[in-house]
Amino acid sequence: MKKNRLVARLDAIEEYERTPVPENKLKGLRSFIGMYAGEHTAGTEFVIGPLFVAHGASAFAIVVGLFIGNLLAVLSWGFLTAPIATRRRITLYYQLEKICGYRLVTIYNLVNGLMFCFLAGSMIAVSATAVGIPFDIAMPTLTDWLPTSIGWIITVLLVGLVITIVAILGYEQVSKFANLAAPWMILIFLAAAFAVMPEMGINSIGDFWTAANEKIWTGIPLAGQSKFTIWHTIFFAWFANMAMHIGMADLSIFRYAKKWQYGFSSATGMYVGHYIAWMASGILYAYFLAKYGSAGEFAPGKIAYEAAGLAGAFCVVIAGWTTANPTIYRAGLAFQSINPKWKRWKVTLVTGLVTSIAAFFPALVMQLLGFVAIYGFILMPMGAVIFIDFYLMENLGLQSSYAEKTNIKFNWAAGITWFLTLIMGLVFYLYFDVEVYFLGLPGWFIASALYIIVSFMIQKKKQGIH
Amino acid sequence: MLTILKIISFIGLGFTILPSIFVLTGTIGMQLNKNLMILGTVLWFGTVIFWMNRKKKNP
Repeated sequence: MKKNRLVARLDAIEEYERTPVPENKLKGLRSFIGMYAGEHTAGTEFVIGPLFVAHGASAFAIVVGLFIGNLLAVLSWGFLTAPIATRRRITLYYQLEKICGYRLVTIYNLVNGLMFCFLAGSMIAVSATAVGIPFDIAMPTLTDWLPTSIGWIITVLLVGLVITIVAILGYEQVSKFANLAAPWMILIFLAAAFAVMPEMGINSIGDFWTAANEKIWTGIPLAGQSKFTIWHTIFFAWFANMAMHIGMADLSIFRYAKKWQYGFSSATGMYVGHYIAWMASGILYAYFLAKYGSAGEFAPGKIAYEAAGLAGAFCVVIAGWTTANPTIYRAGLAFQSINPKWKRWKVTLVTGLVTSIAAFFPALVMQLLGFVAIYGFILMPMGAVIFIDFYLMENLGLQSSYAEKTNIKFNWAAGITWFLTLIMGLVFYLYFDVEVYFLGLPGWFIASALYIIVSFMIQKKKQGIH
Repeated sequence: MLTILKIISFIGLGFTILPSIFVLTGTIGMQLNKNLMILGTVLWFGTVIFWMNRKKKNP
């Protein structure tokens, strides 16, 4: 009886997957400020900041490069994603179905859902590095790709289960959880960095720049790591969430916004999370390296515990949750749109379990910078397709929402655009030595041009036939 | 009652951040800072759940 009531309650959670969000369900600015600050002050921040140190980014590349890159990211959300989201008010997946057709969206959703699983998996792994501390579990090092022990696997699985249950309860619960934790989490990042500063030779503001250059971001990569320049930090910060802004995944989030200007609320996530928190976690890692050397564990939980004690370790766990929750939620939406008859909570449950298994592999954490860049690039072309469909197709005399209007299940113009853009990215990477961090910008223009050209060829040909 | 809970929550946030500034100025040591940070954490989460995200009742 109780079980039936729970199932009925979960079935009744309405997320407007196939209809526009109604006026009375729109959310105010505070929801988005809290959600972005919480989501982007997260478990990954405890990895990305230290990886910049490991890759030998200079202090100038960090302070100036991240500022510019984050500004570009905020502008992308504000001017590209939010205006479309607030005019259409439907999920990314339903929007894509109208343009690309059911079959192409099914492929996209599978790829998208898998990417979300891997990303959420890395955050579960990050949380596990903190949860495992009291049990003295052997933590992975920078060069580990495979699970390091059975204790590690059990810890990851338990963390993953808890996160999945929260994600099943839906957007409301995710948003509330992020709101509760966000102010405290941001202060923990700051406090941990302040507390280790004297050990790094910083006793006043005047000492900061010298210590930053000589002891934190020295510009010298650790053994086996590639060198990062200011271009890397600018483009990484801009494209770290490329799938969300230019790739349009956050249409699903901003469809709840009362005004398109709420897109700029992403600034809270960028400047608190991707600026202050990246710098703070970099300082913590530099402190950890100074204490233990570069050959030891790469475990964000232990790094935070060294600097801030139990509160630091707890922060890593919570930080992992607040990002993994919406990511698993998004993955659930992605997989559910393959078959709308599937119940979202059941899909999210399976998604969470797959994600937890992916999290067994520390490679998700150690190669996070490259993975984040590839993930954004793979999903970006469909964002370009949505952008062109929304703003340009009708002005060019072409049909927008082509699949819906012509009742086709696979829009070849979108399919060819996606496929060729990825192929060209691979060619740039393999034959012209363009690193993955820089593929997104030329890729967006290639995808946009391809979609217009191929749409023109296909639609004009059909018009000729009819 | 709600006001008291809110005050305790913000005291919790104070315990989270302020001691680290005292470490930076050399006033207190690392271990005391860590203890105060966990105290601040308990105060924050122990009280914030009672007032943040609570829907206002209709009159």
